[in-house]
Amino acid sequence: MDADGGSASAVGIEGRPVSLHSGQPRALYQFTQQNLPACKPVLTPGWVIATFLLIGAIFIPVGFVSLHASQNVVEIVVRYDAECIPEEYQSNKVAYIRDSSIPKNCTRYLKVHKHMKAPIYVYYQLDNFYQNHRRYVKSRSDQQLLHGLKYNETSSCKPEQLNNGLPIVPCGLIAWSLFNDTFNFVRRSEEMKINRKNIAWKSDRDHKFGKEVYPFNFQNGTLIGGGKLDPRIPLSDQEDLIVWMRTAALPSFRKLYGRIEEDIEADDVIVVHLSNNYNTYSFGGKKKLVLSTSSWLGGKNNFLGIAYIFVGSSCILTSFVFMLLHVKNPR
Amino acid sequence: MGIDFELLHKMKGVIECPIPDRDIRRFDANLRLFPPFIDNDLCPLTIKNTILQSCYLRNTEWVCGVAVYTGNETKLGMSRGIPEPKLTAVDAMIDKLTGAIFVFQIVVVIVLGIAGNVWKDTEAVKQWYVLYPKEGPWYELLVIPLRFELLCSIMIPISIKVSLDLVKSLYAKFIDWDNQMIDQETSTRSHATNTAISEDLGQVEYILTDKTGTLTENRMIFRRCCIGGIFYGNESGDALKDVELLNAVSSGSSDVIRFVTVMAICNTVIPVKSKTGAISYKAQSQDEDALVQAAACLHMVFVNKNANTLEINFNASIIQYEVLDTLEFTSDRKRMSVVVKDCQNGKIFLLSKGADEAIIPYACAGQQTRTFTEAVDQYSQLGLRTLCLAWRELKEDEYQDWSLMFKEANSTLVDREWRLAEVCQRLEHDLEILGVTAIEDRLQDGVPETIETLRKAGINFWMLTGDKQNTAIQIALSCNFISPEPKGQLLLINGKTEDEVGRSLDRVLLTMRITTSEPKDVAFVIDGWALEIALKHYRKVFTELAILSRTALCCRVTPSQKAQLVEILKSCDYRTLAIGDGGNDVRMIQQADIGVGISGREGLQAARAADYSIGKFRFLKRLILVHGRYSYNRTAFLSQYSFYKSLLICFIQIFFSFISGVSGTSLFNSVSLMAYNVFYTSIPVLVSVLDKDLSEKTVMQHPQILFYCQAGRLLNPSTFAGWFGRSLFHAIVVFVISIHAYAYEKSEMEEVSMVALSGCIWLQAFVVTIETNSFTVLQHLAIWGNLAAFYIINWILSAVPASGLYTIMFRLCTQPSYWITMFLIVVTGMGPVLAIKYFRYTYRPSKINTLQQAERLGGPILSLGNIEPQPRSIEKDVSPLSITLPKNRNPVYEPLLSDSPNSTRKSFGSSTTFDFFPSQSRLSSSYSRNCKDN
Repeated sequence: MDADGGSASAVGIEGRPVSLHSGQPRALYQFTQQNLPACKPVLTPGWVIATFLLIGAIFIPVGFVSLHASQNVVEIVVRYDAECIPEEYQSNKVAYIRDSSIPKNCTRYLKVHKHMKAPIYVYYQLDNFYQNHRRYVKSRSDQQLLHGLKYNETSSCKPEQLNNGLPIVPCGLIAWSLFNDTFNFVRRSEEMKINRKNIAWKSDRDHKFGKEVYPFNFQNGTLIGGGKLDPRIPLSDQEDLIVWMRTAALPSFRKLYGRIEEDIEADDVIVVHLSNNYNTYSFGGKKKLVLSTSSWLGGKNNFLGIAYIFVGSSCILTSFVFMLLHVKNPR
Repeated sequence: MGIDFELLHKMKGVIECPIPDRDIRRFDANLRLFPPFIDNDLCPLTIKNTILQSCYLRNTEWVCGVAVYTGNETKLGMSRGIPEPKLTAVDAMIDKLTGAIFVFQIVVVIVLGIAGNVWKDTEAVKQWYVLYPKEGPWYELLVIPLRFELLCSIMIPISIKVSLDLVKSLYAKFIDWDNQMIDQETSTRSHATNTAISEDLGQVEYILTDKTGTLTENRMIFRRCCIGGIFYGNESGDALKDVELLNAVSSGSSDVIRFVTVMAICNTVIPVKSKTGAISYKAQSQDEDALVQAAACLHMVFVNKNANTLEINFNASIIQYEVLDTLEFTSDRKRMSVVVKDCQNGKIFLLSKGADEAIIPYACAGQQTRTFTEAVDQYSQLGLRTLCLAWRELKEDEYQDWSLMFKEANSTLVDREWRLAEVCQRLEHDLEILGVTAIEDRLQDGVPETIETLRKAGINFWMLTGDKQNTAIQIALSCNFISPEPKGQLLLINGKTEDEVGRSLDRVLLTMRITTSEPKDVAFVIDGWALEIALKHYRKVFTELAILSRTALCCRVTPSQKAQLVEILKSCDYRTLAIGDGGNDVRMIQQADIGVGISGREGLQAARAADYSIGKFRFLKRLILVHGRYSYNRTAFLSQYSFYKSLLICFIQIFFSFISGVSGTSLFNSVSLMAYNVFYTSIPVLVSVLDKDLSEKTVMQHPQILFYCQAGRLLNPSTFAGWFGRSLFHAIVVFVISIHAYAYEKSEMEEVSMVALSGCIWLQAFVVTIETNSFTVLQHLAIWGNLAAFYIINWILSAVPASGLYTIMFRLCTQPSYWITMFLIVVTGMGPVLAIKYFRYTYRPSKINTLQQAERLGGPILSLGNIEPQPRSIEKDVSPLSITLPKNRNPVYEPLLSDSPNSTRKSFGSSTTFDFFPSQSRLSSSYSRNCKDN
């Protein structure tokens, strides 16, 4: 921390004063003589102990507030990748997911324990999925996303650059591996509305993805990656794609699927009809569905709160240790 | 030569000259003119007939010349050469650390490269979305290591060189600007010619100083004389006011007249008559000037020199002498003579003056020289410079014979100097000694204080002088160079033969070893002759002696010996500073790690060749203790900080690779990385050139504090390890907090990257803050302004739709969690640093800390004993092995200096014991040394 800035600072001009040269500004003169007035903080016990105490006193309450905010967030996480495999395919999940002829529908039940206030965010979470892999994260063309076919230089998109000699829009591994599981929520046999608009950043929709750019030659190759795109909708409106293309920095991440704009009461049971299309089985990744409310600090994340309380109490402890040392061994 | 100048253009001839060389003091050539001018006669040409390149010739209407050497073959062109670049100890250490970091980088690259390939083969092939080709060419194996090499290339900060060059030039400017180092008399400022070696000033261990003109003012005043056994000027201290001498002159005592005549004409002085009629003298040496002036006071006025004719006005009558030959002074001969012809009676005389040992042995048989020897001793006891004057009447034919030889020697092309000396020797014998002159050369202001302060600072002084042993010792005593008995002890090394010198050396060495355990100032004294033998035959022993001894006086040494002594000390890995004022010090100044020239009366030769030029010796104190020390401290911080910040960002990249499939993804975008090194982290640290850990006054009062710089306490592998650890710790803090606070739905790449980057920027601002000792306005501006600039730059970048950072910074700044994360990073990162710093500062303070506390809290400045509460263990391996392998000296654990216990720079030698060391430590140290010797 800032070592007690102005504490015992002696603002002193040292060195014997030498006659000022006329025409030389005083500050410049002091600079050339290395004599600028300086404040010299000293690490006095009082200030150091007080600093630590103060930090502790600030950090612990902030920690509790953060923790409280995080605890108030209601979050339901359900993992569905393993359960959505029929019994007969349990031993060969990859074959199941790759076989497009098998219907992939699956139903899961979510029990809500606590009242959830709208808006409720629906995320899908992928674990052990390296969106930050160098080969993956570089494989996109921002220019093409904005200008479409007018922009030809898409070598960065390799190996998903061309198909049958024609360019792919949107090109690159990221777009090619678009997540394509879908979710439908039914509560008390009545379908819940999920708002799937405005899930991507507005800045991305307006400035990063072209309004005139339509998917072209996408997922037409022999090797189908992830989801397909409706070629009639411009990229700027393909919000799932926009969300997906904001790559995650961590191998475990959540992406927004939509918003439920009605409250969910405690003890409600929500039926989720999902189509389990996306292949995470070949590399042992997990897929989860997350329903979460939000707080001023974001989603449910106890880390900041706990870290603040821990650091705050360490500071108080340190200041006590220093205090003891100072009392026992005053200098 | 007496040629009509109308005929000059018809002149033909040949110049025989040596091949171009770099010796600007010598030009041994001959001019052979073809008939009809001079019938194939040889005219010797010397450096006196030569004008060096880019010299100006004044006060002449015309000149006739021949270009001998041209282009790059001129003497100046040859001697310009490429000056050997001086590398400071700090730079050498930085280079070493850079090397270590480079090795570390290679290891990281290899380890991560292998890990990356393994991960790729086991995991990435399963990850269908990465779409690795099944079979790749063989060089695919190299791709991942090369990516890591690119990622880690920022580990070695390139900005360090730029930053260091910038601050170094500022250090030099501070020296130039320093108003406290202006010589008021001549109003010359100090000047740093070499801007790159200021840190070395703070690490000086040995100062080799010239005496005349450096310690003394080089303003010679004729004080006393002894003529024919009679001492003049005893009580008054000024022979010129001694009535007896004045009486003797006016009464025309022949001895005295001859003495004064020699004083007046045995020289190379040129009198210059000004318009008002007053005569001023142009002399090459101050001694000659003093003698001529003194002679003028004694009514023997040297009025005019016209070609070869001298006019002397003695008691209003003009006496003319014709100078036949001048046997010039060389530092080997240590005397000069002139052969003159009295124009009245045609008698030829040889007039000589020189050092006593160069004159008295050549006295004519039968002359009692005892009184002169006594006079010389007595005068040199008083610290006066003595010269013996002698003369001899030459017979016409003797002179003619010798003259031929002299001419021949004068025109030899090979070894001319040596041949001349030999020929001169043939004439300079059987001299009748007239007397001894004693010239006072006063000490400069503040010399004793300066030497005392610098010796307290642990700097060893060697005085190298051309003067007599006794004079040197007296001067040394009067300027605190050595302490008088019983505290000080002088050990003489003398002898004329190899054996004698060897025995003498052994004896001195033995005494030296014994007495290093005693609180005694031991100095050895050696003269040029013994030094020559010692350097030739006993180099090892002498080197050992040099290591052991804090102080040495070397008398009667030649310029090349001075340079050799510097070489010996340098070979023992000591930082040497040579200070001198005259041309004879130039070699020593160039040889030493730092050369300081005094722009004094002996011209600017030394000042030109030196790295620093100062007006007075006393400025050396300020140069070393203030400028040198600050420069070292600042550079130590700046360089280590540069490594710290580069390592910090690099560690984060490495950690990130562990969660990105060891694929070499960069967490930060290239713009941020570039700006991080160039702007965000470079500017705050640059203002550390204004940082002062202690005020100048405190440093001057407690010069021992320089020890920290000398021993390299602030920049060595162990302090560097501290910075390395700090950067590792900070990288962990930033990384762990960033990825946890920005997990799950917030784990967007650009945001996490910006959070981590801002964490680094915040931390480095506080690191600079905590390591800064004094804050001026500029420092606050740079540190906090830089932090603000970071946000402004990123807001600007965030406003550009085309940039990758579009809207990122605005998004983050509106999130409370961003700010909470920043404070968490700062407190977690800096808390332990502050705690450790405070703990050390208060409970394990270094001497610097103690002084800081005393200075700032206004408490009483503790006395030396209190500052040095713990004994510093001392050790010096004196076995001859250590001389050949000086780096092998064991680092010693020094509890006092707990912040860097394992300095690998050599520990302080026992030869440099401080006065205030408790004697117990010395005993223990000598004990350990004895063990080693056995």
